[in-house]
Amino acid sequence: MSPTDEAPVLTVRGLTKSFGSNAVLRGIDLDVSKGKVVALIGPSGSGKTTVLRCLNGLEMPDGGTVALGGNGTGELRLDFGGRISGADAGSRKDAGSRKDAGSRKDAGSRKSAVSGKNIAALRDRSAMVFQHYNLFPHMTVLQNVIEGPVKVQKRPRGLAVEEAERLLARVGLLEKKDAYPFELSGGQQQRVGIVRALALRPQLLLFDEPTSALDPELVGDVLGVIKELAEEGWTMVIVTHELGFARQMADEVIFMDGGVVVERGPASEVLREPQQERTQQFLQRLLHEF
Amino acid sequence: MSVNWDLVWSSLGPLIGGAIKGTIPLTLASFVLGLILALIVALMRLSRNVVLAGIGRFYVSVIRGTPLLVQLFVIFYGLPTIGVRLDPWPSAIIAFSLNVGGYAAEVIRAAILSVPKGQWEAAHTIGMSRGQALLRIILPQAARVSVPPLSNTFISLVKDTSLASLILVTELFRQAQQVAAFSQEFMALYLEAAAVYWVICLVLSTAQSRLEKRLDRYVAH
Repeated sequence: MSPTDEAPVLTVRGLTKSFGSNAVLRGIDLDVSKGKVVALIGPSGSGKTTVLRCLNGLEMPDGGTVALGGNGTGELRLDFGGRISGADAGSRKDAGSRKDAGSRKDAGSRKSAVSGKNIAALRDRSAMVFQHYNLFPHMTVLQNVIEGPVKVQKRPRGLAVEEAERLLARVGLLEKKDAYPFELSGGQQQRVGIVRALALRPQLLLFDEPTSALDPELVGDVLGVIKELAEEGWTMVIVTHELGFARQMADEVIFMDGGVVVERGPASEVLREPQQERTQQFLQRLLHEF
Repeated sequence: MSVNWDLVWSSLGPLIGGAIKGTIPLTLASFVLGLILALIVALMRLSRNVVLAGIGRFYVSVIRGTPLLVQLFVIFYGLPTIGVRLDPWPSAIIAFSLNVGGYAAEVIRAAILSVPKGQWEAAHTIGMSRGQALLRIILPQAARVSVPPLSNTFISLVKDTSLASLILVTELFRQAQQVAAFSQEFMALYLEAAAVYWVICLVLSTAQSRLEKRLDRYVAH
């Protein structure tokens, strides 16, 4: 692997989000380098899915910055400004460096809202795989996959079809290309969901509990595909309950609770020797469940 | 009671003529215009803009809260007093379109809302704008849900166009009235008119089930 593998693909600082009076995110920092896999774990309601949704513009953060890209294509930097929480103030110090200087420079625009155009640019560079697949039921498998490339990215249809077929073949679903989603099992639908995301050629893949809705015997297929993508060097952020999977694949595991990052580090450390009491409790509870 | 079959037979021509030249074009034109209007009103009602949403709600409320016959008379007999003089045909098309617009707007709004939120989200994550998502992802799915209720609206409209006879549009029922008045065979002529309406609606019901089947091809049975 070349040294550019360490280039940051995603840099998040002080991300905050409230729903009404409920502060769901209280200043989240996140760094993901090229080709790395970050697993977000934590109890439900901890805010991990909200982090993912903010990264794809499905939720508008109240504050913080999200920077994406920075290799060749130029960095996309969104400053959501607004309420900077205490947790964020701390993180800004250790962020240090070049990036922070940049953010101070456009501090003048800190209060200005991030426009729809910026959100569109954010979506252009990342792609999301949903817990409930969210395939388009009125389109065939192939149509689902080429919809984004052809209708949004305006790539030539012939090339998009070729690429879609190659990707479908990779996940073993080429012969299902003319099927409608309802004709597929959950595991097959989720693999189509992954292919639909890949076809957008994103810099960053986001997975929101990709196996939670699946029957246990179908989980393996989907995890297998995700594992291959990791080995291929895709940059990914995965919200998951599959701790074994997180331990195997993730370069970094982040444990969230109550809208803050409680603990972060290499998978082996966080999952085997958690330092924080809350992490230990969470892992204990999960172990007892199984 | 003896039925004058000769009269029934000889009046069939004028009645079907009235359907072909009056009832059917009036229904089609009003339904198409009404659906376009309904889509606009449905989107207004779903918009975050309170003014637009309010206007949409007011419109639906007025249309659904007043009799179609009154709407028709306001346009044909009422508007001339403020200087707007419309011929029978335009009056009828405007009245029926406005009416369909009000009823179908609610159907379309409900159908759009019935599409799961995850479909909007998936459309956005592949980079679609709101407009693109609506056209390519949401409306095709809403269409499937709205076929049965919109078919009801359509079939009601076929029969409601008989009201246009009261503003001098020569359609199926007005033809029947004229022959009946001339021959004094009221029972025969009005039953005959009813039969022609019924046949038209039977054809439409068949078309509806075919359309539903076609649109159902992508859902599990």
